[in-house]
Amino acid sequence: MTGLLAQLGSWGIETLTRLGRAHLLLLPMMRGFLDILRRPRLLLDQLFSVGVLTILIISVAGLFVGMVLGLQGFYILSRFGGETALGLMVAASLVRELGPVLTALLFAGRAGSALTAEIGLMKATEQLSGLEMMAVNPEHRVLAPRFFAGFISVPLLAAIFSMLGVLGGWMVGGGMLSVDQGAFWNGMQNGIDFHDDIINGVIKSVVFGFVCTWIAIFQGYDCVPTSEGVSRATTRTVVHSSLAVLGLDFVLTALMFS
Amino acid sequence: MNKKRLIEIWVGVFMALGLVALFFLAMRVSNLGTAYTGETFDVDARFDNIGGLKVKAPVTIAGVEVGRVTGIRYDAEDFRAVVEMGIQSQYRDRIPDDSFAKILTAGLLGEQYIGLDPGGSEDMLADGSEIGVTQSALVLEEVVGQFIFGKGQEGM
Repeated sequence: MTGLLAQLGSWGIETLTRLGRAHLLLLPMMRGFLDILRRPRLLLDQLFSVGVLTILIISVAGLFVGMVLGLQGFYILSRFGGETALGLMVAASLVRELGPVLTALLFAGRAGSALTAEIGLMKATEQLSGLEMMAVNPEHRVLAPRFFAGFISVPLLAAIFSMLGVLGGWMVGGGMLSVDQGAFWNGMQNGIDFHDDIINGVIKSVVFGFVCTWIAIFQGYDCVPTSEGVSRATTRTVVHSSLAVLGLDFVLTALMFS
Repeated sequence: MNKKRLIEIWVGVFMALGLVALFFLAMRVSNLGTAYTGETFDVDARFDNIGGLKVKAPVTIAGVEVGRVTGIRYDAEDFRAVVEMGIQSQYRDRIPDDSFAKILTAGLLGEQYIGLDPGGSEDMLADGSEIGVTQSALVLEEVVGQFIFGKGQEGM
């Protein structure tokens, strides 16, 4: 009985200290922004590996999600004779929910895991300690550019996702299923408010970008420096980011659209 | 071309693509592209019941949008709703002041909006004028209630 309690206690302490370490990491990363201003090259390289290389999966996913939404929405809406609302349905679901959330989930899988593995391996091969030996702060030099690259990339990727999704829905709805073009775009423009929908969607993706990159970098920086430790940290990155995104999405939606 | 340059170009493409996507969402998908952002002048109208009219609902003449509802409040003095409308400046002194304002519904289940029927007066609506003749929103429950009441009267 006491053993079980002790286990629970140690788990709680472990979780709390980990959470504390994650927050302690935020401050030096923020301060690393000054280093980035001095060497924008660092950020540029990370924007390439974190952002540019993720465009492909985001584009394909966005296009197909939009096309599926167009198909499914058409079948359901045509039962009520409401095909003209297809544009609104596709755009609203993409801009408000699917764009930010799916982008963040794909980002966690594609870029977050790579970030964790990279930083974890740097730690395992003592490159980070090497930097510290040379009086280079690894938190400023290695972590901060990656953090800001992710933070900038996710909102842009989410916008690309939503745009291609809307175009995908338009291709299926307007092209294959002969929904009236005017009604498609007009319904969308009447129903989607710039501030309430677009800006809130962007805010969501900014929050998700922050959380996903933060989790990925912390897991890499905090991992047990062995090959097993790196692999477990990578798994944890994907699991924790996905759960955090889905949970935060509910909270943000409740706050924004109530 | 060296690798550094290639990375710079790709990041530039990525940034541009993201901004284009945001611009597309703002102008093509949302109401920002169609919204009228120019000057407006204010006209008030009093209604017995505004039904489900909302701020930002369109104000139309002959079906063409000429303005938006900018504010709705309740006047406790005469127990009526005061609807403030922002009419586009190009229609200043172009709408007769005895025009008839009514709250209409777009389609069977659509949003409610205000339709103005121009009157025959020589005097025109200017900033701060009030429309006198109005027709309230059609509230479904009241219509059904009247119908049932009417049927009941017939039966007696």
